Amino acid sequence: MSTLTADDLRARVADLLAAHPPQSTDRLEFLRARFDAGLAWVHYPQGLGGLDAPRELQNVVEAELAEAGAPDNNPRRIGIGLGMAAPTILRFGTDEQKKRYLRPLWTGEEVWCQLFSEPGAGSDLAALGTRAVRDGDEWVVTGQKVWTSVAHIARFAILVTRTDPDVPKHQGMTYFICDMTDPGVEVRPLRQLTGEAEFNEVFLSGVRIPDANRLGAVGEGWKVAQTTLMNERVAIGGNAIPREGGLIGMVARTWRDRPELRTPELHDRLLKLWVQAEAARLAGQRLRQQLAVGAPGPEGSAMKLAFANLQQALTGLEIELSGEDGLRYDDWTLRRPEKVDMLGRGPGYRYLRAKGNSIEGGTSEVLRNIISERVLGLPSEPRVDKDVAWKDLPR
Amino acid sequence: MSDLLYSEVEEDLRASVRDLLADQAGFSAVLARTESAEPYDLKLWRTLAADLGLAGLAVPESLGGQGASYREVAVVLEELGRSVAPVPFLGSAVLATAALQAAGDEELLPRLAGGELIGALAVPLTLAPDAGFPGGVEANTEGALSGTIRTVADAPVADVLIVPAAGPDGPGLYAVEKTAATITEVVSLDLTRRLADVTLDNASSRLLAGPDRAAAAVRRALLAGAGLLASEQVGLAQWCLDETVAYLKQRYQFGRPVGSFQALKHRLADLYLEIVSARATARYAADALANDIEDVPVAVAVAASTCSAVALHAAEETVQLHGGIGMTWEHPAHLYLKRAKSDELALGTPGRHRAALAGLVNLPPA
Ligand SMILES: Cc1cc2nc3c(=O)[nH]c(=O)nc-3n(C[C@H](O)[C@H](O)[C@H](O)COP(=O)(O)OP(=O)(O)OC[C@H]3O[C@@H](n4cnc5c(N)ncnc54)[C@H](O)[C@@H]3O)c2cc1C
Repeated sequence: MSTLTADDLRARVADLLAAHPPQSTDRLEFLRARFDAGLAWVHYPQGLGGLDAPRELQNVVEAELAEAGAPDNNPRRIGIGLGMAAPTILRFGTDEQKKRYLRPLWTGEEVWCQLFSEPGAGSDLAALGTRAVRDGDEWVVTGQKVWTSVAHIARFAILVTRTDPDVPKHQGMTYFICDMTDPGVEVRPLRQLTGEAEFNEVFLSGVRIPDANRLGAVGEGWKVAQTTLMNERVAIGGNAIPREGGLIGMVARTWRDRPELRTPELHDRLLKLWVQAEAARLAGQRLRQQLAVGAPGPEGSAMKLAFANLQQALTGLEIELSGEDGLRYDDWTLRRPEKVDMLGRGPGYRYLRAKGNSIEGGTSEVLRNIISERVLGLPSEPRVDKDVAWKDLPR
Repeated sequence: MSDLLYSEVEEDLRASVRDLLADQAGFSAVLARTESAEPYDLKLWRTLAADLGLAGLAVPESLGGQGASYREVAVVLEELGRSVAPVPFLGSAVLATAALQAAGDEELLPRLAGGELIGALAVPLTLAPDAGFPGGVEANTEGALSGTIRTVADAPVADVLIVPAAGPDGPGLYAVEKTAATITEVVSLDLTRRLADVTLDNASSRLLAGPDRAAAAVRRALLAGAGLLASEQVGLAQWCLDETVAYLKQRYQFGRPVGSFQALKHRLADLYLEIVSARATARYAADALANDIEDVPVAVAVAASTCSAVALHAAEETVQLHGGIGMTWEHPAHLYLKRAKSDELALGTPGRHRAALAGLVNLPPA
């Protein structure tokens, strides 16, 4: 790690702004320049958008650039790329792969999606059956993925496949980068309970992926996928937010502005949730402080669970607090959004969408298993699938 | 931004307190004491208070203390909560000391801070920080106090009582020697925290603070008390979780460790999540008190309401998940349950703190 200080970074930001004034520079050009200056994600290596600097200095960069009115890279739209594909490529990718993929990923030129879940493999991801068969320098991939968020706008995907059905399920997998424009990739919208189709079904029929697009060794796909999933959960603990940031602020404002909607029982619940939101905010802050001093506590795995609980309780309360308006919905048309828009839509949407918070990225039940086994060290349930070849498993 | 972690100094302090408590306040010793004539371990108290200097941790050195801060006091309380140690730390080192400090007293404070005297703040332990100046005791023009205060923490062992009373010119804070008061110990739900009713009948006193300062001093003491009690509750909850996890790993039923049943694992995972949140709120309250920032009342209300509920939940789960053994007198669980339930009432219930918060953050009632 380099010995850069906050002031060094401020100076670098000033240089960037001087060479590329945000007001007169094209958005994409600015983002590329920012990446090349190592100010994209400062903890990444030099030459790959970073400066090998301590992770917490990113906040300094963000604050300075926001102050200067610089364009952002629209992190929500590229959440999967940023949160999951990038750290996995950084850890397992070849030099060529890193050079090729990281910059357009970060600037948002290329959106990424995650081809993990299958109809028969959700929580039990290691059960997946999408086959990849080697053919010279290429792999031929056939199978079906499901619940694939933003696949309709994605240029690339991180993809886990089965390459050896004759060994136990965790051993026979291989991880690839899949070009979503390749022949044989078909994306079909999958409408969800909110009315929109944020996720998709993806059919892979004889898709030919060059071996150069493999991430990690053949048969080591599970190990690579673990990196992706761990990063997924850490990403949720995310950014520093002010008190009443997010949904709680929205509900608190309604409470203040609409006295006619108040009841004693709602007051009780609102106060409890206010406290819960503040506690979660402080716990997130504490987690980031631990990460910053290089002592990541196991608290991280708890944050996503806390977030889901809170979002669901809050959105439920918000509808009740909406009076007659709680019976209305803003828009049922089938849309294919580019990102989740929690704050831009109505309470009904928020209530329905929040139901996904305890399913996407690992269900709350699975997270409780992880906390109890990996954090608390409780014994696992007896397993029937450990030493059985994948092809012999009941499904 | 508030530092919510523990510093190295704080971790060292924790280690030395934990070692001492492991050595001198083991469960059987604590339990044996609860049934003896002296439920408090005053030898342990002297070691903590005088030898280690913990009674005046947050008091400036010039006033006989250690010149540390409430952050360190909070760490000590975590450890005391972990071992439900039978010592008058909350009453003397926190409540009475904070009141004296806020009143600007320089006579008694060094003696409490040095562990020479034990003090008690003569208010019902249930009093919440926003409750207003307590009634019940009056001072006449000669400074003689009369009245009764029920359920005062640590009063049975106090050498001196710090008494809020209505004086001739308004609220006042007075010091009363134990010999001038009638202190009647009551049977406490929490076997490790002693309580007494205090009756004053023309008791002679010394004025510590008059109308200009007395109410603020009491409020400050109660805020510090409630905000730091949260750390005691975090320590208690963590012990409960650790102990229960350890037990469920080694207890076999149906041919496997009980801790491998998902129904139980999920309950413990939820408890872990609660403790992660509780710890963050308790750290924030301690840091806010240490730096005396404007946000103290909010920080305290959030920590007090969160940590009370979490500690109680942890203790109740501990009894339940230990099965029959958890119901016995010989197993430590009950001491934690009794402390947790009592702490829930101490210095304001969770509901009371949330009601205070409603005013502080502008979420008015219906
Ligand atoms: C909005 C949204 C977006 C998504 N985006 C993507 C994406 O982009 N890419 C992608 O690959 N996937 C995506 N997913 C899929 C998601 O990861 C899976 O839905 C999730 O892992 C659960 O799998 P499943 O749906 O098959 O449920 P199942 O695994 O069938 O679970 C059914 C129920 O059983 C419970 N359960 C399962 N196993 C256990 C166990 N061992 N112990 C206790 N309970 C258990 C579950 O918690 C759940 O309640 C998305 C999902 C949603 C809702």
